[in-house]
Amino acid sequence: MADIVIDRVSKHFGDFHALQEVSLNVGDGEFVALLGPSGCGKTTLLRIIAGLETQSSGRIVIGGRDVSALSPRERGLAMVFQNYAVFPHMTVFENVAFGLRMKKVPDAEVKRQVERAAALLHIEPYLDRYPAKLSGGQRQRVAVARALAVQPAVLLMDEPLSNLDALLRLEMRTELKAVLREAGTTTIYVTHDQTEAMGLADRIAVMYGGKIDQIDTPLSVYAAPTTRFVGGFIGNPPMNFIKVKAESGTVRIGPVSFVAPAGGLDLDLGLRGEDAHLSGDGSGLPFDVRVVEPMGSHLLLTGSIEGQAARIVAPPTATVRAGERVGLTVDPSRLTWIDTSTGRALARPQDSTR
Amino acid sequence: MTSVTATPIVKPSGISVPGARRLLLWTGIIAVLAWVLLPIYFVALGAFGGRLGVFRWPKSIWPSDLSAASMLQFLNIEGVFGALMNSFIAAGFTVLFSVLLGAPAGYALARYSFKGQTAFRLLVLLTRAFPLAILALPLTVSFIRLGLYDTAFGVSLIHTVLALPFAVLVTQSLFMGIPREYEEAAWVFGCTRFQAFLRVVMPLALPGLAATAIFAFVISWNEVFAASILTVRERTLTAYLLKVLSESPLHYRFAGGFILIIPSVLFIFAVRRYLFAVWGIASK
Repeated sequence: MADIVIDRVSKHFGDFHALQEVSLNVGDGEFVALLGPSGCGKTTLLRIIAGLETQSSGRIVIGGRDVSALSPRERGLAMVFQNYAVFPHMTVFENVAFGLRMKKVPDAEVKRQVERAAALLHIEPYLDRYPAKLSGGQRQRVAVARALAVQPAVLLMDEPLSNLDALLRLEMRTELKAVLREAGTTTIYVTHDQTEAMGLADRIAVMYGGKIDQIDTPLSVYAAPTTRFVGGFIGNPPMNFIKVKAESGTVRIGPVSFVAPAGGLDLDLGLRGEDAHLSGDGSGLPFDVRVVEPMGSHLLLTGSIEGQAARIVAPPTATVRAGERVGLTVDPSRLTWIDTSTGRALARPQDSTR
Repeated sequence: MTSVTATPIVKPSGISVPGARRLLLWTGIIAVLAWVLLPIYFVALGAFGGRLGVFRWPKSIWPSDLSAASMLQFLNIEGVFGALMNSFIAAGFTVLFSVLLGAPAGYALARYSFKGQTAFRLLVLLTRAFPLAILALPLTVSFIRLGLYDTAFGVSLIHTVLALPFAVLVTQSLFMGIPREYEEAAWVFGCTRFQAFLRVVMPLALPGLAATAIFAFVISWNEVFAASILTVRERTLTAYLLKVLSESPLHYRFAGGFILIIPSVLFIFAVRRYLFAVWGIASK
């Protein structure tokens, strides 16, 4: 068990800055997801933590020990790779035992540990087989078992589920969460899939352009994004942004006015699709419905507010037709205000509608 | 014949092939086998058929008076046994050096990007374009100075130069075919770079390394020119036979030819297991 301190880590490849002074603290036993689009530096950061890549500057401290200059094997961690990297010339047993064998653990203990890890991931029936005879999902289980068998202080996972099909991914996700909770291992998990990050992580670090934009619990990241990027990246449909202007402390959209936040005149109003409710009598924000998509659990309405595109989630029972104009009521305390010039969120004003 | 598993050349076992196509398949197999085996068989026939057998016409397919006499006589010719040993020494060192030098170079080319990589790759090949004949005199002189002249070891050095380009390029594509993640996983789970190479990369690369070794062996075994100019008494078998056999009776030539063929065949047979895909990774 160990905590991880990432202290102003930078990485450039020539002129390209993959990471710019990234700092992050991961508590003992915590599960942190690094979430971001491809090319945001999340995998590079993970590989630097693992020691597979060398940082240009900055420090990595694991369990109070500065490991910045150590080789991967000296860092006391385990890793699960995107394409499993299960050794094809070893049986499943030897794969899971690999880390223990390298530590020169006695045979009886190896057997015990391997069987424990195998039981955890339900791969006991395959222990004698070669990986070529296993399906993708089974191989992924072997890779996770191999990582857990060494009882690592820190577990790093690089998009471990991205090569699995959708159904298997969902199943493995649930199982991973249960297994890792039981193991209590400090985990850093890289993914570009927000549902994975939301479902698994204690905290999510949203990365963009080589920086961490926001690090917070899944619910806070979702409800109160600190940058325009985070709001637009997380959530399905993503957060709607409506360009507005603040005039003498007030923002007007159609017949509705809101208290403007302090600082900034050009604002983006961030509105989650499910935070808007159909008012019934047509009062509130005017929303011109263009397309109605029944999704089963909800209706997805695509249209515009004041000529600006927006997506709204309505209850499945709502009777809305394309081409109609409906009114939306919103709770001001659930709105996000972004300063257009900086792209950063402004503090919500204290009192509500005027 | 219920299946095609009888021959190792045919790929997967248990495939049922319909009648006409099966006939075609077997015809093909027999043709290929005949192409390879018949000449070897006739050489063997000449080598063991005795003095008269060589000149008999029409040739009989079956050996009539089988005897190892001419073979033994041949081996008893002065210098043949020594030349055979020299050939083995030269080929052995060639295999050793080309794998030990070629594999690391191939690994470096496959795993690291460095300045002059393409130039290096081209240069490696260019050594083959350089005519050995021009080098003959300077080589002889410097070998005499170094004390390498007229030794099998000296010959093996030149043979290594000839085999190395292939060793480098073959092992390069071989290592490129082994995903980097295997090594990274090994590092993370407690291996040093060298241990990771021994425990993970080597076993996976074995088929290709075996192919490289065979190639080096055959190149050295068959090479005549360098072996002829760099030795006087300590000839390799090929060089020795070239000199001796032109003045020998026909059945000796067959015996010599047979002895030249056998080691290559045996060597390939010994490492054939590694030439086929063993762990589901095809050897390139």
